[in-house]
Amino acid sequence: MKTLLTSQWARPFLLILVLLVLWDISIRVFAIPAYLVPAPLEVVVQLWREWPMLLSQAIPTTWATLGGFALSVVVGVPIAMLIAYSPLVESFVYPLLVFSQSIPKVAVAPLFVVWFGFGIIPKVIAAFLLGFFPVVVSTVMGFKSIEHDMVDLARSMGSSRWQMFFKISLPQALPAMFSGMKVSITLAVVGAVVGEFVGSNSGIGYVLQKANGNFDLPLMFAALVILSMIGVILFVLLDVIERMMIPWHASHRQEFMATA
Amino acid sequence: MAPGLITLDKVTKIYQTKDGPVESLRPLSFDIREGEFVSVVGPSGCGKSTLLKLVAGLLPITAGQLSLLGRRIDGPQKNVGIVFQGAVLLAWRTVLDNILLQAEIRHLPMAAARERALALIKMAGLSGFEHKYPWQLSGGMQQRVSICRALLHDPPVLLMDEPFGALDAMTREKMNLELQRIWYGSKKTVLLITHSIPEAVFLSDRVLVMSERPGSIAAIYDIDLPRPRSLDVMSTPEFAHLAKTIRGHFFAQGSLDH
Repeated sequence: MKTLLTSQWARPFLLILVLLVLWDISIRVFAIPAYLVPAPLEVVVQLWREWPMLLSQAIPTTWATLGGFALSVVVGVPIAMLIAYSPLVESFVYPLLVFSQSIPKVAVAPLFVVWFGFGIIPKVIAAFLLGFFPVVVSTVMGFKSIEHDMVDLARSMGSSRWQMFFKISLPQALPAMFSGMKVSITLAVVGAVVGEFVGSNSGIGYVLQKANGNFDLPLMFAALVILSMIGVILFVLLDVIERMMIPWHASHRQEFMATA
Repeated sequence: MAPGLITLDKVTKIYQTKDGPVESLRPLSFDIREGEFVSVVGPSGCGKSTLLKLVAGLLPITAGQLSLLGRRIDGPQKNVGIVFQGAVLLAWRTVLDNILLQAEIRHLPMAAARERALALIKMAGLSGFEHKYPWQLSGGMQQRVSICRALLHDPPVLLMDEPFGALDAMTREKMNLELQRIWYGSKKTVLLITHSIPEAVFLSDRVLVMSERPGSIAAIYDIDLPRPRSLDVMSTPEFAHLAKTIRGHFFAQGSLDH
């Protein structure tokens, strides 16, 4: 038990367990009817029964998330670099980006269905719209936080722009970029589901919509569990990639020391 | 007299700011000879660091003539080694790789550069730390790495901008001794910007005293103390006299900066 409590990995699972127990107890104590909140066990049973269906529906949602996230990085990073390097671009583009963020994506998502039909494209776009902003903001910060003395030193070494970028700026910006990407990927999951809500016949968002229509609350909760799992797995994958790419960063130093 | 390695003739620097032009350096004229160790002391904001950046070619001069090794400076100079107040090391590179950045960017032959880097590491007393990362080193050690990096390409001129300003007094004295040893062994021309009058007197052949902004030369002192100097020289009457005279400039101006 003691080792379970001290292990980093076990802690969130233990907390989940505690929350589940609390959930179950509150339903019993306050006599909450099943059509409002299902008991945890019912959700687990539904999760078990519908597992193959949920898993197959998780696949399109994951693809839409990954697509939107990839698009966020591919589009967001270059825009962020332009903003970081050119005050002119920054003054034109940045306010517009902030402005675009205040538009509720749920409200515009139906538009994408009108434009692109019921396929994967509207979902990817919705995921992209949610995931793109954190990538831009943190990448701008990463590229702007380069020490001026370092730039001067590189200039005195006769550094080309290319060398400056790959040997200094990019590695320096990576930690900030990763923190933005981690926010982005969890938001991309939300975006994909929003896309599925408004017009789709596949994906976890569609399952949620359908379960809601049928008052199948256990299935709804089961779908939510799957959804969070997608988010967690993608986040952890990104975290692993981050650890491999920037083991030197302050946030990873403890383990880095242990392995180095 | 040997010709000036670095020559300044009425060098002026005016910054253009939002509130209009700000005069940073009044016309400055002086020469630094080959192999000479020259320090610049002055109150904060007098343009000392600007002066160093002008010599490094990192900032353009507004007027006058400035040349290094007989050539007019019109852009970043490659034949200098620069040390800033902060060590400015790259966190993802080890000590050795940080020093080798100099060789990588200059496209120097890597095998030879590596050998030289290891020799410099040994000279700087960093042996055993080649594969450590900057954050695993103390401030003094980090600064030694940055000095090694500045020396890797064997530049004739070393430009240092308050290199020991962030170190504690004891480490600083040790670094002063080491810098003297390095300079004595290599006979490089050194331009050192510093806040510390004892440091300037201890290390230099000449000390340039700058006035408050806009910076101009208030006085130049020849330091004729015998070399090599030990830290004991600091307690001699000659040393005390020189330090006192230099300090007098700042008291006279009503500003004391250390």
